[in-house]
Amino acid sequence: MPTPSPDPRPTEPETVIRLVGVEKIYRMGESEVRALDGVSLDIARGRFLAVMGSSGSGKSTLMNLLGCLDRPTAGCYTLEGCDMAGLDDNALSNIRLRRIGFIFQSFNLIPQLTVRENIELPLFYLGQESAASTKRAEKLAELVGLSGRLDHRPAQLSGGQQQRVAIARALVNDPAIILADEPTGNLDSKTGRQIMDLLTQCNADGKTIVMVTHEPRIAAYAHTRLFMSDGRVDRVEEGG
Amino acid sequence: MFNSHGWRNLQLGIKDLMLHKLRSFLTMLGVIFGVASVIAMLAVGEGASRQALEQIRRLGSNNIILTSVKPMADEGGQPQKNSYMSVYGLLEDDYLRICETIQEVKRVVPVRLIRKMATLGARNLELRVVGTTPDWFSLVSRPVLAGRVLNDSDTDQSSMVCVLTERGARRLLATESALGQKIRLGGSVFEVIGIVASAESSGGSLQAPDQSVDVYIPLNASLSRYGRRIAYRSSGSRDLEQVELHQILVEVTGERHVEEVALAVEAMLQRFHKKPDYKISVPLTLLRQAEATKRTFNIVLGSIAGISLLVGGIGIMNIMLASVTERTREIGIRRAIGARRSQIIMQFLIETVVLSGMGGVIGIGVGFIIPLAISWLSGMPTQVPLYGLALSFGISVLIGIVFGLYPAIRAANLHPIEALRHE
Ligand SMILES: Nc1ncnc2c1ncn2[C@@H]1O[C@H](COP(=O)(O)OP(=O)(O)O)[C@@H](O)[C@H]1O
Ligand SMILES: [Mg+2]
Repeated sequence: MPTPSPDPRPTEPETVIRLVGVEKIYRMGESEVRALDGVSLDIARGRFLAVMGSSGSGKSTLMNLLGCLDRPTAGCYTLEGCDMAGLDDNALSNIRLRRIGFIFQSFNLIPQLTVRENIELPLFYLGQESAASTKRAEKLAELVGLSGRLDHRPAQLSGGQQQRVAIARALVNDPAIILADEPTGNLDSKTGRQIMDLLTQCNADGKTIVMVTHEPRIAAYAHTRLFMSDGRVDRVEEGG
Repeated sequence: MFNSHGWRNLQLGIKDLMLHKLRSFLTMLGVIFGVASVIAMLAVGEGASRQALEQIRRLGSNNIILTSVKPMADEGGQPQKNSYMSVYGLLEDDYLRICETIQEVKRVVPVRLIRKMATLGARNLELRVVGTTPDWFSLVSRPVLAGRVLNDSDTDQSSMVCVLTERGARRLLATESALGQKIRLGGSVFEVIGIVASAESSGGSLQAPDQSVDVYIPLNASLSRYGRRIAYRSSGSRDLEQVELHQILVEVTGERHVEEVALAVEAMLQRFHKKPDYKISVPLTLLRQAEATKRTFNIVLGSIAGISLLVGGIGIMNIMLASVTERTREIGIRRAIGARRSQIIMQFLIETVVLSGMGGVIGIGVGFIIPLAISWLSGMPTQVPLYGLALSFGISVLIGIVFGLYPAIRAANLHPIEALRHE
């Protein structure tokens, strides 16, 4: 259950993400920007959470922290019962590789690699490239409806197709959590709906999903909507 | 790291480089030229020094060669008796003194050289007539093709016999049946008793004692038949010289005695010669000098090649830094997916090593062609030393690692979020 909780409660067994009083301050010379200003929240396993809020309210900053791409200036982040504060760069890389799948607004595929190679990339870093992994990449390509495009390059695909490759790549290592920062932001509404169908399916398969979006219609796919402003959690809406 | 994963890394690295074929090739050029110049310079150096060493070895590293030289007119203590005749050089007495007084000498060979017109039947040919002793044939050992060489009784009796070299015999149309025939050398007639193989080649500044076209007669016959005076005609004027021996070849019992014997011989000659009318050359010393020269040569060439490789390495580093900047976003994506820093370093390092290694391989190819072209154009001998191949390939790989490390570390240390935001 995502609930803003200033005082830490005993961790429920199914809690995947727990933030307690997390702050992120960017210093630029004299001035400082409080991108996150005391965020506390719990996300239980299997939830689908939409993060909403105006531009500059700290949504992406939150996602980067959740994705172990950055460290909080203050506060505590526990992922699957493990405190992130004490981990070094290699350990954080390992968590990103095994437990987290990223989906970005701008797809972020590697242009010189084929669809197949892009999907297989996490397996490559896992050191698990093999015939079995090739099968897994093909299965995921089929799941996102791109079986016929395995040897194409990203530039030869439409935006929606690229985002589906990105979803396949995010799923290939079977992560516990999917983090999607405005996954439909660059897509038309029909393609956006297809992407949301895929994400809903992932969530039904047991993945915890945290998704940033502006659009209420996209946010409606989530179980819970969390509104942010000025680096703080404004309110939380249940029901989807 | 070099299991199938490393192999895949290599494949991907090559693929990335193939995306920018021209750029990769241009980047490689520095290493290609560096390695090619290393190989070419080593080949030329090796060829030249081999030639020098070979020539010196043919003189024999156990030998000391004494040669008569005409002293300068103003040199020497006493004025010459006859202004139109110069008397100088090594004497038969010098030969005898060396034989009798100097230790650790295996054999001593006196040599008297006179050019004479040789006539056999209808054929004429100017030959170098070498007056010497039987020891010549032990010191300058060439296979005997027919008959026999000079022996001690020829020396004792001043026999009018001669030994031809193969090439001289062929030019005079003398065959095996020439044995026993009479050959006219200048004013005297000699009987051909044998034919020996010719020296392989003569060229360059240093020569083996024998030439490909020689005729050998007993020293005593040379002295008695042709007299001690030798007339030369040069540009209209007539020069008269009196030279007993043109050369004395001293063979020492072992290399370790060469220098002491040379000193003893020099001391003895100094005692009996008022003028510096002789020259001592010691092939072993020349050999040592040639080897030292070769070492210096290699150091100089090596530094030049090293500088060109350094320039090649800097070129690679420059391009890799540009490549890291260009691929900042890709690096961010890889890091977000979960690549460790070491994996990013590996990716870029493999690319630079492939780049420089390929440059090395191409450079070795080019480096083989350049010396061939040099040999073909100038006739200079060249030889690509095997260690040079291993050395230059090793160096080019090392250059990839050294100059690739900094760009790779820079790539790995990019902050993932900032890298992702990079356009
Ligand atoms: N690297 C950074 N350096 C300085 N300020 C930053 C940086 N990243 C984000 N910010 C600031 O933090 C605030 C939150 O940004 P962000 O999380 O990207 O907002 P959102 O994604 O909700 O639009 C903004 O005011 C932004 O300017
Ligand atoms: Mg944002």
